[in-house]
Amino acid sequence: YLQCVSDLANYPLYIRSIPTENQLKFHYTVHTSLDVVDEKIAAMGKALVDQRELYLGLLYPTEDYKVYGYVTNSKVKFVMVVDSSNTALRDNEIRSMFRKLHNSYTDVMCNPFYNPGDTIQSRPLCV
Amino acid sequence: MSPTQWDFPVELCCRPMAFVTLTGLDVTYNAIHRAIWDAFCANRRADRVPISFKVLPGDHEYPKCRTKRTSYEWYIPKGILKTGWMNKHLNLVPALVVVFYELDWDEGQWKEKQSECATRVEIVRQSLQGRNTKVAVVLIQKKTPLPPGEDMIASERAAALCNACDLSGKSLFVLPHTDHLVGYIIRCSDQQRIRLENAFYEHAQTYYYTEIRRVKSHKEFLNKTTHQLLFVRHQFKIAFFSELKQDTQNSLKNYRTAYNLVHELRSHETNMLEIKTMAGFINYKICRLCFQHNTPLDAIAQFRKHIDLCKKKIGSAELSFEHAAWMSKQFQAFGDLFDDAIKMGLTAIQTQNPGFYYQQAAYYAQERKQLAGVLCNHDPAVPYPSPDPLETPNGVLDFYGQRAWRQGILSFDLADLEKEKAGILALQQKEGEVVHSELIISLLSSAVAQFKKYKCPRMKSHLMVQMGEEYYYAKDYSKALKLLDYVMCDYRTERWWTLHTSILTTALKCAYLMAQLKDYITYSLELLGRASTLKEDQKSRIEKNLIKVLMNESPEAEPDCDVSMVKAAQRLWTDRVSLAGSNLFTVEVQDFVPFVQCKAKFMSPSFHVDTPVEFYVYLKADCPHPVRFSKLCVGFSNQEYNQFCVVEEQYQTSDVLEHSAQGTMCLVPGKTRKFTFKFVAKTEDVGKKIEITSVDLILGSETTRCVILNWRGGGGDAASGHEAVQAARSFRRRPKLPGNDVHWDSIMIQASTMIISRVPKISVQLRHEPPALCNEMYRLMISIQSQEDTVIRDVKLTAGLKPGQDANLTQKTLVTLHGGEVCDDSTPALLTDIPIKGLQPGEKLDMPLFIRCGTVGPRVFLVYVSYLIDTSVEGKEIVCKCHRDETVSIETMYPFIVNVEFNSMKLERLDHIYADVPFLLLVEFRSASPWPLSLESGKLQMLPSIYCLPKDESEGNRLGVVLKTTEALGDIFCVRCPQSTVNPNGLAPGSYTLSWKRSSAGEDVPAVTSVISLPHLMVEGLPLHIRAALPPFGRVREPLPVRYCLENKTNLVQDLEISMEPSDAFMFSGLKQIRLQILPGAVHKMLYNYYPLMAGYQLLPSLNINLLRIPDYTSDLLKRFLPTHIFVKPQGRQGGEDSIDAA
Repeated sequence: YLQCVSDLANYPLYIRSIPTENQLKFHYTVHTSLDVVDEKIAAMGKALVDQRELYLGLLYPTEDYKVYGYVTNSKVKFVMVVDSSNTALRDNEIRSMFRKLHNSYTDVMCNPFYNPGDTIQSRPLCV
Repeated sequence: MSPTQWDFPVELCCRPMAFVTLTGLDVTYNAIHRAIWDAFCANRRADRVPISFKVLPGDHEYPKCRTKRTSYEWYIPKGILKTGWMNKHLNLVPALVVVFYELDWDEGQWKEKQSECATRVEIVRQSLQGRNTKVAVVLIQKKTPLPPGEDMIASERAAALCNACDLSGKSLFVLPHTDHLVGYIIRCSDQQRIRLENAFYEHAQTYYYTEIRRVKSHKEFLNKTTHQLLFVRHQFKIAFFSELKQDTQNSLKNYRTAYNLVHELRSHETNMLEIKTMAGFINYKICRLCFQHNTPLDAIAQFRKHIDLCKKKIGSAELSFEHAAWMSKQFQAFGDLFDDAIKMGLTAIQTQNPGFYYQQAAYYAQERKQLAGVLCNHDPAVPYPSPDPLETPNGVLDFYGQRAWRQGILSFDLADLEKEKAGILALQQKEGEVVHSELIISLLSSAVAQFKKYKCPRMKSHLMVQMGEEYYYAKDYSKALKLLDYVMCDYRTERWWTLHTSILTTALKCAYLMAQLKDYITYSLELLGRASTLKEDQKSRIEKNLIKVLMNESPEAEPDCDVSMVKAAQRLWTDRVSLAGSNLFTVEVQDFVPFVQCKAKFMSPSFHVDTPVEFYVYLKADCPHPVRFSKLCVGFSNQEYNQFCVVEEQYQTSDVLEHSAQGTMCLVPGKTRKFTFKFVAKTEDVGKKIEITSVDLILGSETTRCVILNWRGGGGDAASGHEAVQAARSFRRRPKLPGNDVHWDSIMIQASTMIISRVPKISVQLRHEPPALCNEMYRLMISIQSQEDTVIRDVKLTAGLKPGQDANLTQKTLVTLHGGEVCDDSTPALLTDIPIKGLQPGEKLDMPLFIRCGTVGPRVFLVYVSYLIDTSVEGKEIVCKCHRDETVSIETMYPFIVNVEFNSMKLERLDHIYADVPFLLLVEFRSASPWPLSLESGKLQMLPSIYCLPKDESEGNRLGVVLKTTEALGDIFCVRCPQSTVNPNGLAPGSYTLSWKRSSAGEDVPAVTSVISLPHLMVEGLPLHIRAALPPFGRVREPLPVRYCLENKTNLVQDLEISMEPSDAFMFSGLKQIRLQILPGAVHKMLYNYYPLMAGYQLLPSLNINLLRIPDYTSDLLKRFLPTHIFVKPQGRQGGEDSIDAA
């Protein structure tokens, strides 16, 4: 599967896929899924910003993959693509994976040597 | 095997409608029949009953009905569904046959006609033998029928006719019409038609109902082992008949059952296609009905189930492309159904819209292409098998989804392996002829259209990339390039560089294969740039190719290109090379990320005109090898400077390849190169902005091929904006670089600078004594001193009210250099460009400026001194215009407060003035100025009719007084207004003119005159005047003679009552009470002798007068003119005589 962190302006901060073949296709998948993320964020509007659920759930189904989204309060977007056949990953697992990812991202942001907006190049964010 | 093999048959996709045939109508020659037919078939809108009509001759042969099987015991079905079945029941076997016959109830030859009609019905019955098709008769009648029950002949004959034709009464209809009114026919038949149609519809429904019953009745004879296929077939038939019956709910139910039964069939490689085909058909019907029932979620769920069930049913591996084609068709058909439902009013959402299905269809089409590419890649020498195994005796298959070469064989064992092989080969060869790209592109473009609608711009871009790539595979490079170029900027702005690079790589291939020079260069530039994610070796290859192109040579082919197309491309490139001209390309690099970065920077945001303008152009290359350029030039908003900012170097073409890092014109990868330019600004540009409008970097040379990289403004490209933001945000310390190298990120673009005038070396000082006084000639001393080293010339002074203030101030402010005379309205508020002589170094000049302000308030004054001086910059002689300006704010105030009063002779304030009664005019000036004022003269100017003392003098009253702050000066006049000035509206008596100046002003400054208008006088006439003549003082016990004069001012005789009220301090002699008359204009004198009794200021006896004619006229008014008190001296011992004399 693949994970991606994208900024407010929708460019990728961090993108990694396991396995590494056919990467380009996954990159396209992540990129196109941002349409749905954008739309969901727009639909949420300004209401209830504080109590907002960060996890956006399943973004859209494709035949072979499931694409999940997550957006932080500062509009940093996380997207995860997993194999549809992987039934072991329930909504709750995905949610907790996102939460871990978010924590790792927060750690990166806390790094005084990291310049916000740069692509994240340091050790891979763990899941 | 046509490409439409995968398309669903038309009869499956249409909406099934009851099939009714009309016979006995001659629509060609009979106008009435024509009208009847038109009424049935024209205007078939949705609100009409769903029937499909067909006109057939009465003796039409309907499809023969096979003899019904009584037992299924030995029957083994050969397939699931016959290919002709649906069409048969839609278009061939009617539910109802209607026989039209012209017959009136009162027909003379009734018997003959009746039997002819019966014969016709019989013929129809004959051809429908074995079927349950209903027959109905419609009599076309010329006469309007009477109401039912009234026409006895009619009911009698109707019964007879029914009997003859073996019809039930329900199947006989009458369609009346009248010959002479065609309009009526149609209208009438329209009403009739609806009734008829509904009746036909009922008959048809009954027919389909019996058909359903008939099919259901077979069920009990079937067994699960041999008749599995029949279960599906029958279920499908029931569902289809239900649909014909318009019973969609039941139809859906039956289709669902049929669908489940299909999947229960034993499947094997040999019958997989048949099962999938049927499953696809039934699924299509289910989804269609679900959408029709407005339950789209059911449709989607069914489709998902269908796909999940069938996804893995690939069938024969050698024909796996068929599975992909089938899958693609499933998705496409669902997409179409979804889209149709949306057109009927369904709303779709972003994550669930037809686009996804088209996209998936395209994906399977791509897979089909890929599989076909592998499986159908036969040697052209392999011949197409003969005889054609795909050939069937009647050109069509008997059953849907079967193989042509083994129709109806249900065994899973392949009897004839040779035949099977030939069949597969034939299928593969046919597949090889299919133009897959067209299919894929059309599916993708359907998907693009959908995603556009549902706010998925990125999905749209992604699909467009796929379309572009498909065009590339289809060798339609120009279309590919067009699409890729269109979406490229979306990925660039979103900074998805991996995707962007992949698109660029494809685009570069297209450009190479078409030998599109400009595109090739542009894409190479960007692929070499820092945003490209290509590996270094790829970049190196591209750079070498680019250099070749610049030297007018053919580049190496891009990797992974079609070999035959590469050959064609090489020829194209050779043509390009030999072609002279059109070797100059300008590339606007601002909008993408080229491999050379550029930033231009003025050293300062502004330059004085006498200093040279300096700026830097920084260049940095991101390509793997050093690159040489031939020229660097900069364009400015004022193009005259362009010539000063060019770097050019002639070099041999061979030098391009020389990877030396030497020379000014070589850009070493990763190193920032700085070019310094310097020029002298034109004096005309003082006060203007100089902007860098473009930076051009020329690669290659004009003799071979050259590319101009053009940056608008001061450089920067599509990615540099974000980089600048990141750099600004970063607080990482940058290591110091050796030498003069600078960090690229730390360079800020500064694309414009101001040219400002030379710093003036001149002093302008202002001296004055604020505040200014209103109307005064206020003096402002201007001192100009040159501090230049050389003579300055053309010195000009502009002084006065600073422009841009209240417009009223301009009217009320006058400025002059000549203080000798008081300025009038013709003098301006601002003196402009007054030439002053040239000034030697150090020379000082004083000039007074006189300002006259007509109103109070603050004003800003401007003193602006400009001059010319010759100077040289960088060895260039220029004439500089310098200027120095000073502004000063001056407050204006009134010099004095003026107070005018009218007093009676007793120095009491008067509200009214009485004609012919003298009064006093007091004018008082109180100085409000902080500076002493010299009042030179004052002059009262009264109306000529008014008597005034002291008399008007032409020179006025010379005052010659200096007033300090708050000191006041008064002037007093005695005035009498004659009777002629009586005016109820008041009277402007005149004005007082004061001539003054401030004491500090010199002799040369004239005094100004201020004119004070006197307030209005209310002069009233008096009917009776009274004057008292009495000495200035009295003395105790000495007589005091007093005379009162009464004068009648009216034209009437006045009756008066006069009484004298005694006072304690006086005794008096004279008339105490009297009544008398005074003639008009006459004066009556009354004499009294008062005898003072007490010393001091004593109250006189008061005279009371009543005018009998004028009761308002009271003595109170008169008393104002009479003294009330007198000073009484005590009795002196001596010298008393003197005082009496004086009195």
